[in-house]
Amino acid sequence: MRSILPVVTVVLIIVALWYAAAVRLNAPWVYDQAERAGAPAPGFGQLLGETMDQERPVLPTPHQVVTELVKSTFGMAVSSKRSLVYHGWVTISATLLGFAMGTGLGILLAVGIIHNRAMDLSVMPWAIASQTIPILAIAPMIIVVLNSIGVQGLIPKAIISAFLSFFPVLVGMVKGLRSPDQMQLDLLATYGASKRETFWKLRLPSSMPYLFTSLKVGIAASLVGAIVGELPTGAVAGLGARLLSGSYYGQTVQIWAALFAAALVAAVLVMAVGVIEGRVLRRMGMVR
Amino acid sequence: MKDNLNISAPVIEAKGLNLVFQTSDGPVHALKDVNLTINKGDFVSFIGPSGCGKTTFLRSIAALEHPTGGTLTVNGMSPDEARRKRAYGYVFQAAGLYPWRTIAGNIKLPLEIMGFSRAEQDERVARVLDLVELAGFGKKFPWQLSGGMQQRASIARALAFDADILLMDEPFGALDEIVRDRLNEEVLKLWARTGKTIGFVTHSIPEAVYLSTKIVVMSPRPGRITDVIDSPLPKERPLDIRDSREFIEIAHRVREGLRAGHADD
Ligand SMILES: Nc1ncnc2c1ncn2[C@@H]1O[C@H](COP(=O)(O)OP(=O)(O)O)[C@@H](O)[C@H]1O
Ligand SMILES: [Mg+2]
Repeated sequence: MRSILPVVTVVLIIVALWYAAAVRLNAPWVYDQAERAGAPAPGFGQLLGETMDQERPVLPTPHQVVTELVKSTFGMAVSSKRSLVYHGWVTISATLLGFAMGTGLGILLAVGIIHNRAMDLSVMPWAIASQTIPILAIAPMIIVVLNSIGVQGLIPKAIISAFLSFFPVLVGMVKGLRSPDQMQLDLLATYGASKRETFWKLRLPSSMPYLFTSLKVGIAASLVGAIVGELPTGAVAGLGARLLSGSYYGQTVQIWAALFAAALVAAVLVMAVGVIEGRVLRRMGMVR
Repeated sequence: MKDNLNISAPVIEAKGLNLVFQTSDGPVHALKDVNLTINKGDFVSFIGPSGCGKTTFLRSIAALEHPTGGTLTVNGMSPDEARRKRAYGYVFQAAGLYPWRTIAGNIKLPLEIMGFSRAEQDERVARVLDLVELAGFGKKFPWQLSGGMQQRASIARALAFDADILLMDEPFGALDEIVRDRLNEEVLKLWARTGKTIGFVTHSIPEAVYLSTKIVVMSPRPGRITDVIDSPLPKERPLDIRDSREFIEIAHRVREGLRAGHADD
């Protein structure tokens, strides 16, 4: 209970700063309107009133965002093109598919790296190089290239997602699979254990804490990948599409609501991985 | 009968054994001209200051290191062959139990790798747990056991596949004095019951004298054997044997051997 107070305090401070910023940023429009109407410059009270609920504010106020979020989440049929649940699901499904692909790829590469000297020397530099490419630059190319061979919809977005999420899994798993100490490896050597047995009985179980840490980073990266993958698709569906159409039509409230929806989805996904992590590691006797 | 025929045959035999590690600071002579014969049923302790090659020698027997000169045979075979014949169990200083396996599961680890049937695994787990006095603890997880109990479980794991040589590298080094005394007594009992050949590395003079039929005193730079003492103590050894004159005399000789090794540094 004691921990709630600081959290609430911080949230209140952020909300207060946000309102102040909204007044400041939305004020020019109010002055502008007054000048056009030939009215005298508005006083502070009027300014305050007219910056709170503009239709196309530079910065929407918190209550506008929350209202829009609630309305487009709960106030619409789930199948409606204006429902955030609909768009959220489109993005989440691409995120989860990409996350599964990225995790699989990351684990496979890590297994290769620890067992094969050539891969050990060659894969990592490429993997690191791949992550220095701005995703915004290659996302459209991936979409266009795949589209030209008839692949569209979920898969291209999932591939972009996987492109971002394989990396943390790769790095974490290489470290995790190498985490057993020399004594542990020597013990298995005295039993004449093969590489395969060493992998399944020692390396893989030892890597679990590292895997889950990576998965939490990876799933957040997957979500970013899925959203970025939606931006160049002509914006039909998904949280990315909402962001894009919001910016086409100057719907700042819609943009902010979609941003918050994305943040909430990210939080929920990361927490879900965390819950699974807690269960698995406790069952394995690795946290106490 | 077969055992009687083999009794004179040495279990472990090192002749002119040398092992040089190539390090970035130049070569390290970890073992120099080591000659040693260990017979069946011996309890051999290796004692000496750290860096004198005790671990290296034990690891060479277990084929975890490969000597650069001389010959080393285990049951008349090369250490690598002996490993394939499951000639020895190895106990490290840390118990190294897998936290995700129960005690029984940990003991099954070598049995699974060596391909014992399920039924035989269970039967052996029960037997060795009994041997180290941990019967009833099979379903517990390592964190539920004290350090001394964990080390006993790791000894059980080394015993599970019936190797007739048991190699132990400072197995009780991390435990407190009282637990150590108890475990020493238990190891002696275990040795009497199983008739295994035991190689035991220690830092402690009383531990070495109390346990061994043969004490190998070593000294560092280069690692070599400076004295081999055959203990006249009887096989039956109550803890208070440590106050007997014989015991004190052997301990004295070990101490002298250690001092001599240091004198020519
Ligand atoms: N893998 C290794 N590489 C290089 N030097 C080693 C290695 N293992 C041991 N040594 C060196 O060999 C010598 C003997 O070591 P060790 O057998 O561990 O001694 P002890 O167990 O008696 O303390 C030491 O000088 C140590 O630094
Ligand atoms: Mg040592």
